This record gives sequence, structure tokens and C-alpha cells, in this order.
Amino acid sequence: MNLKNIRKDFPIFRHHNALVYLDSTATSLKPQSVIEKEVEYYEQYSANVFRGIYKISERATSEYKKTREIVAQFINANKPEEIVFTRSTTESLNLLAYSLGRKIVNEGDEIVSTIMEHHSNFVPWQQLAIENGSTFKVINVNNDGYLDLDNLKSQMPASPAGRSNIKSAAKNSNLEKLKQVITRKTKILALTYVSNVLGTINPMKEIAAAAKKINPNIMVIVDAAQALPHMKVDVRDLGVDFVAFSSHKMLGPTGVGVLWGKYNLLQEMFPFNYGGEMIQEVYVDRTVFKEPPLKFEAGTPHIAGVIALKEAIHYLRSIGLDVVRRHEMEITQYAINLLLSEFKGQLRILGPRDVDHRGGIVTFTFANYHPHDVAQILDEDNICIRVGHHCAMPLHESLRINATVRASFYIYNTKDDVEKLVEGLKKVQKILR
Amino acid sequence: MSIYQEIILEHYKNPRNFGTLKSPSKKTSVSNPSCGDKIGMDVVFTGKKLMEIKFSGQGCAISRAAASLLTEYCKGKTNEELQKLDKEFMIKLLGIELGPNRIKCALLPLEALHKLL
Repeated sequence: MNLKNIRKDFPIFRHHNALVYLDSTATSLKPQSVIEKEVEYYEQYSANVFRGIYKISERATSEYKKTREIVAQFINANKPEEIVFTRSTTESLNLLAYSLGRKIVNEGDEIVSTIMEHHSNFVPWQQLAIENGSTFKVINVNNDGYLDLDNLKSQMPASPAGRSNIKSAAKNSNLEKLKQVITRKTKILALTYVSNVLGTINPMKEIAAAAKKINPNIMVIVDAAQALPHMKVDVRDLGVDFVAFSSHKMLGPTGVGVLWGKYNLLQEMFPFNYGGEMIQEVYVDRTVFKEPPLKFEAGTPHIAGVIALKEAIHYLRSIGLDVVRRHEMEITQYAINLLLSEFKGQLRILGPRDVDHRGGIVTFTFANYHPHDVAQILDEDNICIRVGHHCAMPLHESLRINATVRASFYIYNTKDDVEKLVEGLKKVQKILR
Repeated sequence: MSIYQEIILEHYKNPRNFGTLKSPSKKTSVSNPSCGDKIGMDVVFTGKKLMEIKFSGQGCAISRAAASLLTEYCKGKTNEELQKLDKEFMIKLLGIELGPNRIKCALLPLEALHKLL
């Protein structure tokens, strides 16, 4: 598929002709086919799943199950039953903190996370540690926006991670410092694949391998919300145990999240919510739960949303994730170059300079202009960016910055959007100077 | 209509009553953690009348202009008069329409003032 005419697939551009949408890290826009799929369910077979002994319920069930298969294929899971549908990445991670964390983490154990996490992969673990007396450890970032894992300032060339064309921050390939953080007592390592602020692509495969070398029993949990929509993710190749992501950041509907986990691990975990559809047999004195994934899917799910996620994956596959990634690298490089040359000394970009190690995210501070004023003035020209701490307050605290401005890119963004952003920032200067 | 009207920008760039008082009768600070804005406020009351007021801290154009305009207005007013000030008053004082997110910026200095009454 050619990206040139791609904007016509996104009806929002018909409603807002001049929209410059640079906030796909918060949520992506939706193509017509995804919207239509959701409407199709409500118009043609809006019945509940699993229980109905009638045709429209069977159709809904079959579409729902098909999505599980498509998601499993998309991330190369062992089988569809390893895919649990939740409400969001946030819920997937909270599910893990509850159903896995409370099973395996005890007083005196350790949980390791990083300072670059979104609150949803930070607070659940922090709170678990506070609750049960385990130790919560946090890996810092260095000045270049990489996880601070390397004692040696190695100049090793970037090496491809996994089967994709993605190069991650292989600067950290030595990972010496991991030994100072992860011990035999560490039960969980929870970290993000791509930082939603710095854009850093962590060398996930290398980190997981190094962590498991130190402690073979460690559970590696990956927040892939900012990775899945933008690059090929092969969960088996990564060598991790759990991966969480959201439909709405990858062109799908809001209200649907995914949790992938190794099947035997899902089997051993506590259920999350109790209720309908997760139960095999109930007696007055005991209950037998269903096997995963249904064990974790109590209550009527967001059926239309799940079904339409299938369409989003279909759309992404038809473009090709390597095309998506290349497009984002190109536009990110263009944005970094243009911003730095137009606003010399005024604008400071956070995170890795090398777009090989960076997703389509450019976060910056702009002179002493308050990010809220920057966003407001850009909005006057229909330019949507995000400001604040982006649900990553520990990172901002560690960088001693209150708030930042973030522009993020996806398949429908063009170099023209970047140029409009630059024009908008010039207007900010003119007004606030 | 842009919210960056002349009066707002003028008070943002040249804030009145910016700084701290040497011997305030009362002082306080408030913050909005979502944008990192912080406003400190010092006052001197003589009897029931507010005689001196200064504000300090970091903020966006709206919160700074709001603090500047508010402190200008406050001088010489009584405690009772100042207690009556509300959201509608701040909107009128600024003379602009603010969305649900930015109204918080305009109300931050008022929150500080009310803590001092």
C-alpha cells in the first residue's frame, strides 16, 4: 500500500480539513474500515458472545474468536489461547500485578522497573511492594535517554533486534549494570519497550536474556503500547513472559487492551475479576474456573471493539510494519533536524538522537515558554500536540523538568505536518516573546 | 478568539506585584501537579484590609496574568470582599473564554488568595 493517499482512509480528515494530528502516542486516528467493522457488529449481529444458541450470537462469537487468532498470529504467540482481552494496556498490567504479582512476590522479594515507565507500568508495582513488603527498584536513564545499564561506554554498532528491521538501543548491549539491580530475589522485571516520552526503543531481547541469565525464574513483563502499533513485535523471539498493549493506539477502537502471556503462566495465575463467562462450575462452597483466556475475561467484553481490532490489524498488515517503521524514522529524522536548525539554542529535544533507537516521538522543551501556552497557540491553527508530563512524572522529576511538549507521528503524518508544527512554533515565539 | 489578548500578554510579560514581601502577615503556596505550575503568595493585612500582596513562582501565561490582575485588584479590599471572589469573577477579570483545562490555570492564584483569608 502506498502511504501517499492514506489520509483518505481516515474520515476525520474530511471533517477537519486542516487537522495536523501529532498525538498518536496518546491515541491513533481510525481508518474507515475499522469504524465500519464496529458498526457492522451493532447493525448486523449485536448479540452476546459464547452463550447464544442462535445464528447472530454464533456470528458474533466467531468474529470475536477470529480476532484472538489474528492477534496471536500478529505477535507470533504460541496459540490464540495466550491472548487475553482486557480494557487497555493499563488493565493488562494491573491484571498482572494482581493475578501474578500477588501469587509470586512475597515480603523480602524484589520488583524491578524503570524511571521511564508510564504510570501504568510503575504504580501497580510500586503499590504491590508497599502492600506486601517487597522491594521496588528503579533503573535510571542516562543523559542520552537510554536505560542506565552499561558500565562501559561501549561504541558498539547498533545490531538488529529480532527478526524485524528495528534496531534498538544496542549501545546498552553490555548491560553490566543489570547485575547490580537484578538479583536472585527479583521476581518481576517490568519495563517498557518504547518510552512514551523519550521515544527510546529499549533492547528488549538483550535485556530479557541478560535478566534471565542472572535469575532464570524472573518474569519479564513488557509494556508494548508504544511498540506494537509501529514495528514488528515477535513475543516469542523477544524471550519475555508477558506483553501488554492497546487497540486504540494501533488504529483500533478504544476500550480494548491485550495481554499476551505464556500459557502455563496464565494457568497458574489467580483469576482477576470474578463473574460471568470465567466460570466452569459454581457451588455454594466452591467455584471451578475456566481455563485461560476466559478465566481472565469475566463479564460481557467490548465485543464490537474486539472485532474491529481485527480490522485494524488487517489494515496495518496490508501496509506492512516495515513500511510503517521506515516512514516514522524518516519523518522523525526530518522533524529533529528541522526543529534543531530552526530554533537553535531555544529548543531542547529529549531522548536518543539516533532514530535507529527511537520511535516516532519527539519530546522537547521550548525556551522558557510554558508547554500549555505552546499547545494552546498551536491549537489555534489546528495543530494537536500533547503537553504535560505524559503520565511519566517520575521521569520528568528525574530530569528536573515540570512539563514537556510532545509531537508524535504515525502513518498518516507527512513532512508537511512537521513544517506546520515549525510554523506554529514560530508563532508561539512571536506571541510570547 | 485567541486567549492571548493584549491585556493578558501585557500582564504576562510585565507582571504586577511579582516577588515576595519582607515581612508578610501571611504566606502560602499552591500548585497544579499536572502542569507543574506553582504560585507563592505573600500578604500584609492591616485590620481587615489587605494592604500589600505579592506573588511568585512559575506558571503559564494565563496563570501569571491572572495572578498579576488579581493582585492588582485585591489591594485595599477587605477580607469579606475578597472571600466573595469566584470563578466568574476571574473570567470577567481576564476577559477571555477559557476551556475546562485552562480555567484551572486562571483559578490557581485565586486558590492561593483564598487560603490566606
